Amino acid sequence: MFWNLPFIAVVALSLIGLATIVIKKNLIKIFLGITIFESAVNLFLISLGYRAGGIAPIFTSAPSTDMVLATPQALTLTSIVIGVATSALLLSFAVIIWKKYGTINTDEIRRLRE
Amino acid sequence: MRMSKLVRTGADLLYPFALIFGLYIVLHGHLTPGGGFQGGAVVATGAAIVIVAWAYEDIAEMIRKVTMMAQESAGLLLFIGAAILALGFGYAFFYNVLANSGGLFGLPVAFGPNPGELDTAGVIPIMNIAVGIEVWGGLTIILLYLLSGLKKEEGT
Amino acid sequence: MNGFLITHAPALLIMVPLIGAFVAPFVGRVSPKVRSAWIILIMTLTTLVALMLASDVFLHGTRIYVFGATSPGLTVPLDSGGIPIRIIFTIDAMSALMQVIAAVCGFAVLLYSISADRIHSGLESYYTLFLLMITGIMGMVSTGDFFNFFVFLEILSIASAGLIAYRIDGGLAVEAAIKYFVLSTIGAMAVLIAIGIYYGEYNALNIAMIASRMQFTLLDQVALVLIIAALAMKCGAVPLHFWTPDAYSMAPSSVTAMLVVASQASLYGLFRVVFTIYNLTLNAMTVGWIIIILGILSMVVGVTMAIPQKNVKRLMAYHAISQTGYMLLGVGVGLAVLGNQPLMESFGYIAMEGGIFHIINHAMYKGLLFLTAGAIFFRIGTYNLNRMGGLGHSMKYTMVFFIIGALAIAGIPPFNGYASKLMIYESVFAFNPVLAVIAMVVSILTLASFVKVFHSIFMGPRLPEFDTVQEAPMPMLVGMGILAAIVILFGLFPQAVVDTLIAPAAHALADQSGYIASVLGGA
Repeated sequence: MFWNLPFIAVVALSLIGLATIVIKKNLIKIFLGITIFESAVNLFLISLGYRAGGIAPIFTSAPSTDMVLATPQALTLTSIVIGVATSALLLSFAVIIWKKYGTINTDEIRRLRE
Repeated sequence: MRMSKLVRTGADLLYPFALIFGLYIVLHGHLTPGGGFQGGAVVATGAAIVIVAWAYEDIAEMIRKVTMMAQESAGLLLFIGAAILALGFGYAFFYNVLANSGGLFGLPVAFGPNPGELDTAGVIPIMNIAVGIEVWGGLTIILLYLLSGLKKEEGT
Repeated sequence: MNGFLITHAPALLIMVPLIGAFVAPFVGRVSPKVRSAWIILIMTLTTLVALMLASDVFLHGTRIYVFGATSPGLTVPLDSGGIPIRIIFTIDAMSALMQVIAAVCGFAVLLYSISADRIHSGLESYYTLFLLMITGIMGMVSTGDFFNFFVFLEILSIASAGLIAYRIDGGLAVEAAIKYFVLSTIGAMAVLIAIGIYYGEYNALNIAMIASRMQFTLLDQVALVLIIAALAMKCGAVPLHFWTPDAYSMAPSSVTAMLVVASQASLYGLFRVVFTIYNLTLNAMTVGWIIIILGILSMVVGVTMAIPQKNVKRLMAYHAISQTGYMLLGVGVGLAVLGNQPLMESFGYIAMEGGIFHIINHAMYKGLLFLTAGAIFFRIGTYNLNRMGGLGHSMKYTMVFFIIGALAIAGIPPFNGYASKLMIYESVFAFNPVLAVIAMVVSILTLASFVKVFHSIFMGPRLPEFDTVQEAPMPMLVGMGILAAIVILFGLFPQAVVDTLIAPAAHALADQSGYIASVLGGA
């Protein structure tokens, strides 16, 4: 049970993130929801990287069979970098929407109807 | 919106330290936790402090968009260039040709516990530096565009 | 030199557009003309590399490229314990086919775009993003590493979102881009969760490695659902199609044509996961029917929503949804009978070939149609069908290209849409006659819709407000002409195309053990 705690946190965080995306009307809050969801996925990846009894993969005299493959950490870093690009792009969209429409309430940003 | 003199002086003082600390993280990316992205982000934080403390117009001369854009592209080109280097020696794309070669960053890594030698790891430090330059430019550009709304006249 | 190029072609395919993208801002400072020349040069090189690599794959079989290894063929390093730890590009016939589509479409669209977008500002970033989009598509279809797939998916999404919002247009385009990007980010996160599940279970990220260890446990089912949902959304299949009309109609026309190719790269990802990672371990009938139902829904909903549209690009976007349905239907039927060799021989492979042939055909004629819509907008400045009319007098070539595209999408011989649709009808009829009838009815509705569009754009007397309208400029016509020529050629010689390109791709997709063996070596 205790070792499943990170995965419970992952589920809780992703539900919070998705609920924020669905319920909130403020664009910035929706984007925050996306960021929370991304954090949940990052936590998931990093929790997968834990191996009981493993040794950090640093160049030492430890037996190489006990060393942990650092792939999940690399994945998480890549995912964080992509997350930064994503939030930057989304926030700049929010800035443009604010300049053009004067609001960031999703109920009022509905001009795209033919 | 220009903040109080205390904040502005503090930001001015912090800026070089943020710069140095970020560059340190970039350069030691292959030895200590951190690397190109993290170091570049720290440098960009320095820019963020200055932009928030001063107004956008005040620092537009100091931190120029054109330079930052050029930095972004140059960093990425350096990164790809370091990867292409391997093709010239007949290896696959991204192969670490400089490691243990005796040339630039080419010392073999000492075995066992040691403080770490900067001059190791081959193309990895070069790629860290490239990514550092790129993230510095890229994140600063993003900050400049997002914070360009902070005009002098607003507030006090 | 030639050997060097062939050996490193998979890396060059990513490298050339990336270098082009990042040098473009520097070159653009010299003069816009130099920048255009540079972009065309880069795109030509990319196309040549893609064609060369594809011909090599079709002649000599699957190609492997290992990044960061001492030699490009060294998939499993000796000290790695039998796991391919490096990023590997695995290019089989299916990947090669997608590369050809992306390269040819990208080249034609770029020629068009050089002329069509000349008048706009911010072009240096525009072409950087355009080339990044090409990189993303090329990477998605060539990679043999599942996390790498996610990275290229995100490169593609970010570049596409930037390009959709490129002409802000009073905020409308940004609104469309937000819709697209929020959805595609959530989709990409779902894919990433699936990747995490695979890594946790099988300690591998390589597609071939995961495939060889696949158990199809409950967790794998969760991962499959996440991936199907995310990638079906990215390719615009129906329950999650609502971003498509907005994004397609608000993006510049050249970008819309590329978005069609991008959506097909997602479709490729979907097929790759279902066929290569899971293959026979999953209940082929159930998942096949899920994909078939997605396809039928897309076909019917897409075409019925298209008919009342007044904005020409929105209408075409709904038709794009409906045509995606055909591909899902064809390949879904192939999946449903996978593993049953007699049925596979009698109609399964033909259904898959039809679906895959439709991917390449759709990219060509839909790209052509979006480009003609863009050419019309370029000259008269509106997409509203009610305000158009009589343009056939002044824009003759554009009209001819539009007719070719419209007849191809409606499945009229001798254009390429007919060839692939016929294959789908025949094979699906053998599987389940009702599905074939639905497919034909959708085709007829498509024809009806395009007759209406054609009539309101080109027919009628010359309108006074469009008196000074001229033919579209030459480079735009050349771009459209390339696509139109391919549409006609594929329509005239469908059997040759199927034999040389499509059948190897379909067989490569269905052949899981071949894919695994090419990476892990005889395993």
